[in-house]
Amino acid sequence: MADTVITGLGVFAPTGIGAEEHWTAVLDGKSGIGHITRFDASGYPVVLAGEVPGFDAREHVPGRLIPQTDTWTHLALAAAEAALADSGADPKSLPEYEMAVVTSSSSGGTAFGQGEMERLYQKGPSWVGAYQSIAWFYAATTGQISIQHGMRGPCGVICAEQAGGLDVVAQARRLLRTQSRLVVTGGTDSAMCPYGLVAQMANGLMSTSDDPARAYVPFDADARGYVPGEGGAILIAERAEGAEGRGYGAILGHASGFDQSERTGRPPVLAATIRRALDDAGLNPSGVDVVFADAAGTPELDRIEAEALAAVFGPRGVPVTAPKTLTGRLYGGGAPLDVATALLALRDGVIPHTAGTERLARGMEIDLVLGQPRQQPLSTALVVARGYGGFTAALVLGRGDRA
Amino acid sequence: MSTFSLDDLREIMRQSAGVEAGVDLDADITDIEFIELGYDSLALLELAIQVKRKYGVSIPDDDVVDMTTPRIAVEYINRQLVGAEV
Amino acid sequence: MTRKAVITGVGVVAPGGVGREAFWDTLTAGRTATREITLFDASEFRSRIAAEADFDAVAAGLSAREIRRMDRAAQFAVVSAREALRDSGITGVDPGRIAVSIGSAVGCTMGLEEEYAVLSDGGRQWLVDHTYGVPHLYGYMVPSTLAVEVANEVSAEGPVGLISTGCTSGLDAVSHGAQLIQEGAADLVLAGATDAPISPITSACFDAIKATSPSNHDAAHASRPFDKRRDGFVLGEGSAVMVLEEEESARRRGAHIYAEVAGFASRSNAFHMTGLKPDGREMAEAITVALRRAKLDKSDVDYINAHGSGTKQNDRHETAAFKRSLGNRAYEVPVSSIKSMVGHSLGAIGSIEVAACALALDRQVVPPTANLHHADPECDLDYVPLVAREHAMDAVLSVGSGFGGFQTAMLLTRV
Repeated sequence: MADTVITGLGVFAPTGIGAEEHWTAVLDGKSGIGHITRFDASGYPVVLAGEVPGFDAREHVPGRLIPQTDTWTHLALAAAEAALADSGADPKSLPEYEMAVVTSSSSGGTAFGQGEMERLYQKGPSWVGAYQSIAWFYAATTGQISIQHGMRGPCGVICAEQAGGLDVVAQARRLLRTQSRLVVTGGTDSAMCPYGLVAQMANGLMSTSDDPARAYVPFDADARGYVPGEGGAILIAERAEGAEGRGYGAILGHASGFDQSERTGRPPVLAATIRRALDDAGLNPSGVDVVFADAAGTPELDRIEAEALAAVFGPRGVPVTAPKTLTGRLYGGGAPLDVATALLALRDGVIPHTAGTERLARGMEIDLVLGQPRQQPLSTALVVARGYGGFTAALVLGRGDRA
Repeated sequence: MSTFSLDDLREIMRQSAGVEAGVDLDADITDIEFIELGYDSLALLELAIQVKRKYGVSIPDDDVVDMTTPRIAVEYINRQLVGAEV
Repeated sequence: MTRKAVITGVGVVAPGGVGREAFWDTLTAGRTATREITLFDASEFRSRIAAEADFDAVAAGLSAREIRRMDRAAQFAVVSAREALRDSGITGVDPGRIAVSIGSAVGCTMGLEEEYAVLSDGGRQWLVDHTYGVPHLYGYMVPSTLAVEVANEVSAEGPVGLISTGCTSGLDAVSHGAQLIQEGAADLVLAGATDAPISPITSACFDAIKATSPSNHDAAHASRPFDKRRDGFVLGEGSAVMVLEEEESARRRGAHIYAEVAGFASRSNAFHMTGLKPDGREMAEAITVALRRAKLDKSDVDYINAHGSGTKQNDRHETAAFKRSLGNRAYEVPVSSIKSMVGHSLGAIGSIEVAACALALDRQVVPPTANLHHADPECDLDYVPLVAREHAMDAVLSVGSGFGGFQTAMLLTRV
C-alpha cells in the first residue's frame, strides 16, 4: 500500500556529500574506498575503508554541537539537515508531537569513546569529559536530531547491525500509519578509530586486501570479505497524503526475520523474509524490477543470498546490484544509503552496476549488473540487508511522483 | 603558569562547547552570563573539566554552579592558580 | 479484530537477588540493594556506590562457553529470558512466529571497556594492539549482540531487534514487543531489557556531569527519590525479560496471565540531552496518549510506578507530569520508585519496572519508595514511603524518562 513515501534524502557517504554527488559517483563507478587516512592503519591487517571525503563538521553542524557529539552524529545531523531541506517539508508548520525520529546505529560514538577511555585509563576518572555521557550512547543521534528540529514525537533507535537501517524505515511507516506525519529516519555510523577498526576486525568477515578496486567484490569468485565504511543516509518519510509531487518513492512492503542457519542447521530465512515483504507490498516476485543486494562479500554469505534470490525470483530472474562496493559496508548507515540509491534508480530508470565484481563465483545464479549501468524502466525495487548475528530484513520500494 | 586570561577562557570555551550561531566570543563577554552565550550547565561542567586538564585546577561542584559569568570564572581560576603555587 | 498482548512469563536479574521471586521479595520488604562498588576499584571516583546484582553466572546455569562469550549484560538477558520462558510454560511455537525485542542503553560496555584496557595497554596506545583482540570483541562493539543471544536462546526466526533509547530503552522494547503481537507479526515475543553499566567509564561519565549520588558514606540509603535530601541517582544493573503472547492463545493453553500491555506512547522534549523542564509537559502528553490507546480514563489508573531516579529535576518534572496528565487522580493514587531499592540500571530499569508492575498487579501489592524520610514540599503526592502496601489495582502506569529528552509511558491492566 503506497500510503507512506520518502520525500527527502540526505546523503553523507564515501561516494560523496549530497544525494546527487553520490548518485553521479555510483553511475560512474567512482569508488570512495581507499587507504584509511583518519589514523595510521598500516600496522593492521585491514587497511582500507570508505571514508566520507572532505567532511568538515564545521561546515555542516552547528558549532555548539560539534564538541558534544561524535563523528557519527555529525554525519547524521548534517544529513538530517540536508534531507529536510530536500523534502520540501516545513517542520515549523507541523504539529510538534507529530514529528518523530527513528535512526539506526550499530556502534555509537566509537572514536569519542576511545578518546575518553584513554583519558580515564591514563589520567583518571575526573579527566573524563562531560559529553561522554551523551556522545557515546546509541541514542545520541536520534536525541540530537529531535532537539535540533523541535520534533517531540516518538524517538527510536534500532540496533540490528546492517539490517537495522531497513527496520527503522519500517518503524517510520508504522508511526506514519498510526500517529506521526513526518519521520526522520535512516542512519549513519562511523567507527573510524583504531579501537573501532580492531573491534570490527574481530568478526572475521573483513577483507585484508590492500587493493581498493578488488578488496570488496561480493558474489565474485575472489570474494574475500568486506571493506568497512562510514556515513550513510538520513531519509524523510511522510504520509503520501500531503506529499503529492514530493515523493522519491513509496514504502510498499517490509519484513524482517532472524537467521538461525549457521547455528542450528535450519534453512536460511532470507527467502521467506523476502516473500513476506512482497506479500506486505501486495506484489508477486515478477513485480520486482531490481534488487539491491546485501552483498556481504564472503563466499558463504554471498551463496546464501544468491540462493535466496534464485529461489524467490528464479535463476537470474531479476537484475541484482550492489553499489555498496563503492562505499564499503556502512553498518547502521548502509541500508538507508541503499534505500536512497534505489530511489534514485527508480527516479531515473537506471540500474547502477556493481563495480569491482568481475566474475561470478560458481553457483551464483543471479543476474548481477556488471560493468556499466543498465537503462530500463523501473517501478519497484527490493532492498535486502543482513546484520551480524542473523538479522535479516527486506524492504520494497515503489517509484515516486516527485516532480 | 600563574595567570589565566579571558583569552585563555575563550579558547577553552571554544573547545568545550563550541560557539553558538550569533554569539561572538571575541566581543566583550566579561559580564555576560554563560547561559546567554549558549553555555548550559553541561557545557560549564565540560569547561571545568578542561580547565582541570589544562591548568590542573579542580573546581568543586558548587563552585561550578556559582561561576555565572566569564569574569567570575577567570577570577576564580586565577585565585586557584595562585593558591596552587604557594 | 484486535489482538491483545499479555505477559505470561517474567524473568528478572536484579540487585538484591537473582530471579523473579527474590526480586519481588526485595521490593516488598523495602530492602535496599545499594552498596559500595565491588565490581571495580572505585576509590578515585566521585560516586563510589551502586546497586550490584549478586550474580553468579555458573549458579545461574550458564555454561563455560557462554560465560566466556557473553558480556555481563548478555548473561543477565539470557538468564532472565530462560526464567521467563520457564515461567510461561510456552512450547512448540513456530520459530518464524517468535520475535525478540531487547532494550539496552549502553550495550556491552563492560566487555568493550575491559578489552580496550588490554588492547591499549592501560590507555597507553592509541593504535591499540589488535593481536590481543578476543574473538567476540565485535560482539561487544555492537549492542545488537544482546538481542542475538536472546534470539538464539529461543531459536527465534521472526523479527529481532535491539532498541536503544537510553533510559527509556526498557519500556520502549516492551512496547515494541507488544506491538508485534498486536499487529500479528509474532505469536511469542521475548521482550525486555538489560544493562550492566557498573564499570569505570560509565561511572566516570556520570561523575563528570554530577548525575550520580556522592553519598558514599551511606551507600544503603543513597538512592532517595522524592526525598528532600536526595542528591542524584545510584547506578544499578540487571535485566528483566517478559514473555508476551496474544491473549486468546494464552488463554487457550491455560497460561497464567500477569497483565495486558494495554497502552504505550513515547514523546520527546526536544529541549536538552540531559535537562528537563519542570513542567513535565511531554511526559504528560505520553501518559495521555498511552491512556487513550489503552482505552482508559485517568480515573482508571490505580498505581504509578514512577521513573523516580532521585535527581531533583526528575522528581519535580514527573510529579508535574502526573498532575498535568491525571489531574486530581495524581493525588489519589500511590506513586513509588523501585530505584530507591534496586538503583537505576539505565536501559534495563524500564523493563525491570514493567516486571514490578506485572507482579504488583498480579499480587495486588504496591512496592514502596525506600529511604523516603523527608518530604520535598514540591513533591506532594503519595509516594508510599518505606513500606509496601496492599492495594486493589486494575490498571497501573509505568513511566520512564531519559537522556535525549525521551519520555515513555505504559499502562498494564489486569485481565
